[in-house]
Amino acid sequence: MLSIENLHVTVAEKAIIRGLTLNLPAGEVHAIMGPNGAGKSTLSYTLAGRDGYEVTEGSATLDGKDLLSLNASERAAAGVFLSFQYPLEIPGVPALTFVRAALNAQRKSKGEPEINAPDFLKRAREVAGSLKMDFEMLRRGLNVGFSGGEKKRMEIFQMAMLQPRLAILDETDSGLDIDALKIVAEGVNALRGPDRSMLVITHYQRLLDYIRPDRVHVLAGGRIVASGGPELALELEREGYDRYSKAAA
Amino acid sequence: MSLTAAIRSRDVSALPSRRDEGWRWSELASVVRSAPPLAGTITVAPGGGPFAEVKADEERVFANGQGDASPLVVEAGRTVKLRFVTRADAAASLSAVSILVKAGGSLTLLESYEGEGEAYVADAALDIRLEDGARMERIVVAEDAETAVSVSTAQVTLAPGADYAQAVFATGARRQRIETRIQHPGAGAALRMDGVYLVGQRRHADLTTAVVHAGVDGTTSQMIKGVAAGHGRGVFQGLIRVEHGADRTDARMRHDALLLSDTAEVDAKPELEIFADDVSCAHGNTVGALDDAALFYARQRGLPLHEARVLLTEAFVGAVVERIAHPGAREVVAALVPRRLEGLTC
Repeated sequence: MLSIENLHVTVAEKAIIRGLTLNLPAGEVHAIMGPNGAGKSTLSYTLAGRDGYEVTEGSATLDGKDLLSLNASERAAAGVFLSFQYPLEIPGVPALTFVRAALNAQRKSKGEPEINAPDFLKRAREVAGSLKMDFEMLRRGLNVGFSGGEKKRMEIFQMAMLQPRLAILDETDSGLDIDALKIVAEGVNALRGPDRSMLVITHYQRLLDYIRPDRVHVLAGGRIVASGGPELALELEREGYDRYSKAAA
Repeated sequence: MSLTAAIRSRDVSALPSRRDEGWRWSELASVVRSAPPLAGTITVAPGGGPFAEVKADEERVFANGQGDASPLVVEAGRTVKLRFVTRADAAASLSAVSILVKAGGSLTLLESYEGEGEAYVADAALDIRLEDGARMERIVVAEDAETAVSVSTAQVTLAPGADYAQAVFATGARRQRIETRIQHPGAGAALRMDGVYLVGQRRHADLTTAVVHAGVDGTTSQMIKGVAAGHGRGVFQGLIRVEHGADRTDARMRHDALLLSDTAEVDAKPELEIFADDVSCAHGNTVGALDDAALFYARQRGLPLHEARVLLTEAFVGAVVERIAHPGAREVVAALVPRRLEGLTC
C-alpha cells in the first residue's frame, strides 16, 4: 500500500523530514505522533503534493505507483485524501457543488462517467445523516461561517464521498470538543476497511481512544524514532516526547 | 471632451486624452487617430442577444446607432430589452435613449452591447430618471469586438424613495468604458451599483461610477469584482460624494480584483468625498492573486489546476451575480461568467 523510503523534504531550504521510512499495509490504521515541529504536517503536505515541499531524496509509493511524480490532483485521483488541520473556507462555492466537482474530476481521470445528480444527492444525504450534519449546510459556501467542529465534519463528509484509498488525517482532533470528536471518530471508523489505509497524525493520545490504530509511530526530528502497538501512545501520553526529542537532536 | 462630441464633429481633438483626469487610464486620443465616418445601416433580427432566452415586454434595438429614439416611459411593471448592436469596420455608431420610470412604476432593463467588426467606435448615451418610489433594475452585458472602442454613459437621476439597482458585466475591448453618474436625493432612495469586468488578451474594460448624495437618508451599496488575465487591463473609478447636510447617508463601496497573470493590470481609484457630519461610509479595495491555499485544497480533492482556478474565480465573481434580483437575468449572467472565464484562466 503506502511505502515511504528514506524520505528527505526541505521547506524554504530548511530540512524538515530527514530520512523517514514507513510502511502502511492495506487495511491498517497507523498513528503518527510527535512533538510540535517534528515534521508531522510537512509529511502530510508532502504526500498530498503541496507546492513548496521539496523532496530531495527518497521515495513514496502508493500501490507501487510513484506518488512524488504526480501533481496534487493526480494524487487525489490515485486515492490520496488529506483531511486538513485547518480546512479552507471557499465563499461562493456550495459544499455540494465542490464535492461533486471533485468527485467527477476524479472519475473523469479514471475514465469513468460522471455521477448523475440524483445518485449524488442520495449518497450525500446518507453520508450527511451519518455524520449528523444539517443537509442545508451543504448548500452554503464551503466551510464559510462553520465552527471548528463543523469544518472537521465536512472533511470527513468529503472523505466518505470520495472514498479514498489512503486517508491522511492531519490533527483532526484539534479544535474539537468531546462530542464532535466522537462523531468525527465514528465517521472515520465507518470508513475503515480492508482496501483503505489511514495515517492519523496527532499530537495527543486522546483521538486514539476513539480511532484505534494498528500501529503507532513516533516522529521526531524528521524521522520515525520509535514504532509500536497502541500501547506506545499511552506511554507517550504518560511520559511525554522529551526522550524522543533528545534522541532525535 | 467626449467621444460623442468627437464623432459628431468628426474632430479627434475632442477625444478624452491622458490629460483628462477621469480618462487617464482609458484615454481614447491615442487609439482613435482619425475621426471615423458614421456606420451604414444594418438590419438586426429581433430576439437575439445575450438575453434572448429571457421574456420581455418590449425590445428596442439600436442598430449601428439607428433605432427608436423616442423616450421609454414606464408606468407599471415592465421588462424591456435594450440592445445596442454595432456591426461595422472602422466606422462609428452613436446611440442615445432616455428612460423615465414614473412614480410607482417598475422597470427591469436588460441592456446589451453586441459588437462585431474591426476597429469600430460605438458610443451610447442613456438618460434615466426615476420618479418618487419608482424601481428599476438595470443589467448590462457588454460584449464588444477586441479591436473596438465602446463607451456607454448613463446619467441617472433618482427621486425620493426610488430604488435603483444595476449590475454591469464587461468583457473589454481595445477600450470599453461603462460609466454611470447618479444624482441621489437621499430621502429613502436606495442605490445598488454592482459590476464585474473580465478581461483577457489585450482587452481593456473601465467601470466608472460617480454618485452624489444630495440629501439625508440615502443608501448606496456597491460591489465591483474584476478579473484580469493575459495582457488584460481593468479600470475601476468609483466616486461617492456626500454633500453638506446629507446626513445619515449609508454608503459602502467595495472593489476587489484578481490578477491571473503577471502581465495583466488593474488600476483602481475608489474615492469617498464626505462633506456631511453624520454619515456611515466605507470603502475597500483589494487587488491580488488567487489564494494558493484554496487552490491546493481544491486540487487535493482532485480538481485539476485549470478547473480549480475556474471554480475559485467563478466563486469570486459569483458574489455579484447573486445580487441580481431578476431570476432570468441572473441565470443568463451566471451562465455567461464561466464561459468567459474558461478563456481567461487557460
